[in-house]
Amino acid sequence: MERYSRERQGANAALNIQLAWIDYLLLILYLVFVLGIGFLLKRQMETSADFFLSGRSIPAWITGLAFLSANLGAQEVIGMAASGAKYGIATSHFYWVGAIPAMVFVGVFMIPFYYGSRARSVPEYLKLRFDEKTRGFNAISFAAMTVFSSGISMYAMGLLLQTLLGWDFNFSVLVSALIVLAYIFLGGLTSAIYNEVLQFFLIVAGFLPLVLLGLKDVGGWAGLQERLATVATNRGFASGAFTESWTPLTSPAANPMGVEWFGMVMGLGFVLSFGYWCTDFLVVQRAMAANSMSAARRTPLIAAIPKMLFPFLVILPGMIAIAMTESGSLSGFKLPAKPDGSLNYDLAIPMMLGHYFPPGVLGLGLTALLASFMSGMAGNVTAFNTVWTYDIYQAYIRRSASDAHYLWMGRMTTVFGILLSVGAAYMAASFNNIMDMLQLVFAFVNAPLFATFLLGMFWRRATGHGAFTGLAAGTAAAAVHHGLTLPHGAAAGIKGGWMGTLAAYPSEMAQNFWTAIWAWSCCFAITILVSLVTRPRPQEELRGLVCSLTERPAEGHLPWHQRPGLVGVLVMALVLLLNLLFW
Amino acid sequence: MGLDIRLPIGLMFALFGLILLGFGLTSGEDLYRKSLGINVNALWGGVLLVVGAVMLALARRAKPDA
Repeated sequence: MERYSRERQGANAALNIQLAWIDYLLLILYLVFVLGIGFLLKRQMETSADFFLSGRSIPAWITGLAFLSANLGAQEVIGMAASGAKYGIATSHFYWVGAIPAMVFVGVFMIPFYYGSRARSVPEYLKLRFDEKTRGFNAISFAAMTVFSSGISMYAMGLLLQTLLGWDFNFSVLVSALIVLAYIFLGGLTSAIYNEVLQFFLIVAGFLPLVLLGLKDVGGWAGLQERLATVATNRGFASGAFTESWTPLTSPAANPMGVEWFGMVMGLGFVLSFGYWCTDFLVVQRAMAANSMSAARRTPLIAAIPKMLFPFLVILPGMIAIAMTESGSLSGFKLPAKPDGSLNYDLAIPMMLGHYFPPGVLGLGLTALLASFMSGMAGNVTAFNTVWTYDIYQAYIRRSASDAHYLWMGRMTTVFGILLSVGAAYMAASFNNIMDMLQLVFAFVNAPLFATFLLGMFWRRATGHGAFTGLAAGTAAAAVHHGLTLPHGAAAGIKGGWMGTLAAYPSEMAQNFWTAIWAWSCCFAITILVSLVTRPRPQEELRGLVCSLTERPAEGHLPWHQRPGLVGVLVMALVLLLNLLFW
Repeated sequence: MGLDIRLPIGLMFALFGLILLGFGLTSGEDLYRKSLGINVNALWGGVLLVVGAVMLALARRAKPDA
């Protein structure tokens, strides 16, 4: 609490960007469009399937861009730029090793079961494939997590607007909550998806000129490389540590992340990214709204193409900001310092907006920032709606009500979910440690999930008891690993080591990656062991849910660009090329 | 679906483009000292206008059946 209030005061004094009438005009126009889409869609919301699943009627390019945009919240834009400033181009591994291969995997191999099983949510798939307790475990932890992450995102937005523009924290939180509430209440998932597509274009339109101006300021890519070489050598690394993505990963000591290639590929890539993109209902829900199996499978693949270019939009500004701060530029941009003297990396993008943008595009840039906050929030709210209504309310509270009742429940849940998020935002504002702790707990719960889905989809012998004990064991393994290790230089407590310190990692990121690897492996092993000693489900019940018992979707008759397998190979080739270009 | 999403997106981009372009062409040069002497409003406004127009054209072309 103390830390945040200090930051608020310090930041308030440091920068106050003034908006002109034209900036407000653009902002208001955007809000009009966002709400207008909600109103236009209101008439189409007749059944609960319309509200929660968009009636499975949306074309692939729209669900694809929404798949991308739902995840494009505050963490993405602000956080990726901050990491770009801290770690340089190695941050792109979150995309080129993490997200893209995972998105190809979920599209080509997993969507056939999600979409084909007609499950209405990811927890519901777990119920169909395993049993009630596995679904309950996933549904409840997921619902809680969405509320808290949308609350944290709301809090971050309120704080940022206060810092940048001097807007009142309460005003920003309440207004943005009301707007998101209004458009989801009216148009359900379709409204969220349509707005996500609008937000996607807006985010690109708002940040691209920033990157171009920043690049021009440092003398293009060559000038940036030269400056970042100074930044790297100042910190005792080889000159390419900020501009080469793989070369510095030979040892943890050779790169600012403190990670070596194995931890990167296994921890971030295989466990964390596959875990997120393949099992998180927030994104998978977008694919489930697609209008055909082929469209559902292409949803993540279509998303992957712009996604692989996003490092240039969100990481590059951070790299430019640190290069200018430590090694100069034409315009003399400097990142501000925190009260404790360290650089405030989180302000890289907001500061650059204020530094380069005159009235006009400034309004556009801020609108883009707001759009990213809202799309992140809306993604959480729609996912929460569905999981609450179908997986908790319908499963445990009212089993067989009319469809109209569930549609009504969905609308009420939107209100309720947003109220909870606002509550979480204020909780984050006053009890900083509780939020850190909650995020930690969710990280423990999430780490092993991918093992459960992998075994569930590709090994028909896996049983419900196996899945449940595996998940519980994996979660426990994550907690124990975290409790026994500590990142270099940290004190025991929230950063780890609360059960004593067996091993130290060079960085927090390395610790996270290895926590995930342990959790995944433990879940994988225990699920197999317990499955082998418990009774399997009859094969007839698993048709459409497990790979070996499901017919492959026929795609031979489709044109090449509609064949998920082929598009997947193409996407992988492109991302390989990007890795090689920035090796 | 009843609503072609390209319509609102195209409309919004065209509007944003027109506003920025108009403002860029009428505003003074010293406004652009920040943006390294480049009139970003006029330039980027033009780009947005073109993107908006393309979106609207695509939505129009897809229309006949509706």
